[in-house]
Amino acid sequence: MKKSRFGFLREIRSNGSAYLLVVPAAIYTLVFGYFTLPYMLIAFQKFNFKTGLFNSAWVGFDNFKFFFSSPRAWEVTFNTLKLNFLFIIVGTLAAMALAILFNELRSRWFSRITQSTILFPHFLSWVIVSYIIYSLLSTDYGILNRVLAFFHIDPVNWYASPQYWTWILTTAAVWKDLGMNLVIYLAAITGIDDSYYEAGRIDGATRWQLIRHITIPLMLPTISILTLLALGKIMYGSFDMIYAIVKDNGLLYPTVDVIDTYVFRSLRTIGNPAQAMAVGLYQSVVGFILVWGSNKIVKKVNPDHALF
Amino acid sequence: MTSRPKFFDAVNAALIGIISILCILPMLLVLMVSFTDEASIKQFGYQLFPSELSLDAYKLLLFGSTPLYRSYMISIIVTVVGTILAVTITSMAGYTLAAKHIRYRNGLGLFFFITMVFNTGLVPWYLINLNLGMNNTIWALIIPSLVFNPFNLFLVRNYMSQIPPSLTEAAKIDGASDFYIAFRIYFPLCMPVLATITLFYGIAYWNNWFNAIMLVDNEKLYPLQYLLFKLNSEISMIQQMQSSGAILGTQTLPQESVKMATAILTIGPVVLFYPFLQRYFIKGLLIGSLKE
Repeated sequence: MKKSRFGFLREIRSNGSAYLLVVPAAIYTLVFGYFTLPYMLIAFQKFNFKTGLFNSAWVGFDNFKFFFSSPRAWEVTFNTLKLNFLFIIVGTLAAMALAILFNELRSRWFSRITQSTILFPHFLSWVIVSYIIYSLLSTDYGILNRVLAFFHIDPVNWYASPQYWTWILTTAAVWKDLGMNLVIYLAAITGIDDSYYEAGRIDGATRWQLIRHITIPLMLPTISILTLLALGKIMYGSFDMIYAIVKDNGLLYPTVDVIDTYVFRSLRTIGNPAQAMAVGLYQSVVGFILVWGSNKIVKKVNPDHALF
Repeated sequence: MTSRPKFFDAVNAALIGIISILCILPMLLVLMVSFTDEASIKQFGYQLFPSELSLDAYKLLLFGSTPLYRSYMISIIVTVVGTILAVTITSMAGYTLAAKHIRYRNGLGLFFFITMVFNTGLVPWYLINLNLGMNNTIWALIIPSLVFNPFNLFLVRNYMSQIPPSLTEAAKIDGASDFYIAFRIYFPLCMPVLATITLFYGIAYWNNWFNAIMLVDNEKLYPLQYLLFKLNSEISMIQQMQSSGAILGTQTLPQESVKMATAILTIGPVVLFYPFLQRYFIKGLLIGSLKE
C-alpha cells in the first residue's frame, strides 16, 4: 500500500505535465458524466426546482406508477422499439446490398461520384430533412400530392394520417445514413482477402455464389458489431429526428411518439422533471438489459462477434 | 478469366446511378422552391422545374431586417470557438492516453469509456446545466454535449498509439516536456486524424439545435438551425419579417420560398466544404472501423 502510494506520487511528479493535458477532458467527463448520476434519484422524489435534489420530499415509486398506469407508457415504448428495429434492419440490409453492388462496379470515377452523392444527406441536420419531407408531403403544395393528382388519385393529408409515418420515418432514417453505412461495409468487403475469391473462381463458382458464400459470411462480424452498437441505443428514439419532423403534432403521436419525445415534453412542456426522470430511468434500465442480453446471445452463437 | 456479363454491369451501374440521384434530388427540390415565385407556388405547388423564377426570398433574407444575419453569426461563432476548444481538449487527452510511458493511461481510458456505455439521459443533463448557469448564455451552445466526445478521444488515441515510443524516449533524453512532445511531435504527425475530428466536431456544432431547444429561450442567441426549426413551426417568426416586406414593394410576403431559402443558406457552408468533408469523413470512418 505504502509502496504503491509512493509509486503514485512519483508517477505524478515525473509525468505531471502529461496528466495535466488530460485535465480538461477529465473535468468535463466528471461534471457531465459522473456528476449527473445523483440526479437520477429525483425519479423517487416530488422534485421541485426550489428545494432541489437534497430537500425535495421522497415519494417512492409514485412517479413510475403515474407513467405505467397511463396507456401512453405502452404506446411510446412500442413505438421506440418498432422504429429502431426498422431503422436497424432496413438500414443494414439496404447498405449491405448496396455495398455488394458497389463492389461489382468497374468504373472508379463513377463509384466515387455516386458515393459522394449518396453520402451527402448524412451532413444535413434533421431540421433540414424536415424541410425536405415537408416539401414532398405538404398537403397544399407538396410534390407528392401533385403527383397523386396527376394519376387521378385523391390527395392525402399526410400530416394528419399517422398510419403512413412509420414508413416515412424509416425511409428518412435509411436515406440519411445510407452513405455512412455504405462506406463502412464497403471497407469490410475490400478487407476480404482476394485469395478466397480466386479459390472460388478456380472451383467454378458463379458471381452470385461468390457473394453468397464468401462476401456475405465475411461481412458478418462488421454487421454484428454495428448492429449490437445500434441495439445499445434502441430505447433512445433519436429525439433530434422525430422532434424536428413531427414537432408537437399530436395527430401523429399514435405511431411516432417515442420515449425521448415523451420525456422531453414531460420536462420542458409540462415541466415535471421527476416524472421525466422516472421514464428516463426506465429507459436506461431496459436499454441496458437489451444490450446485455443481445450481447449474450451473440456470444453464444459466435464468441468472435460479441461486443464485450 | 471468365468473361464478365456486360448486361449485369450495365444494370448494376444504372441502379446505383438512380439511387445516388434519389439521395440528392429532394435537396434540389428545396433549392428550386427557394427560387420560385410565390404566386406560382400558390398555383402549382412546389415544383422541381418552377413555372416562374424569382429572387424575392433571397432579397428579403439578405437585405430585409430579418434575424438571419444574427443567427448566422451565432452559428459561426459557436462552430469556430467550439471546434477549436473541442479539438484541443480531445487531442491533448488523446496524447496522454496513447503515451506508453504513462502508467495510469488504461485506468484513465476506462474512466472515459464508462460514460460512453452508461448514459443517464436527458433530465440529469438538463438539471446540471441549469445548476451551472448555462441556460440562456452562448456557452449553452458550446459546452454541453458538444465540446468533448469520448468517441473522438478513442479515435485520436488509437491513431497516436501507432507512433513508436522510441520517438518519445529520444525527445525526453533531449529534455523535451510532454507538452512539447504532444504539440510539436505528436500533433503534426497526426494531422489526418485531427482533421477528421475537426470535421466531426464542426458538423456536430453546425447542425446542433438540441442545445438551443433545451437551454436557450432568448431569441438573440438562436443559432441558425434553431431559427430554421422555429420558422417552420411558428408562423409568427415569418410575420415578424412582414415589416421588411417593403423592400420588395409587394404586400404579400414570399412565405414558402423564404423558408426554403433559409434552409438553403443554412446548408451553404456544408456544400462549400463538401469535398473536404467527404474525404476526411471517409478517412475517419475507416480509422474508426478498422481498429483492432
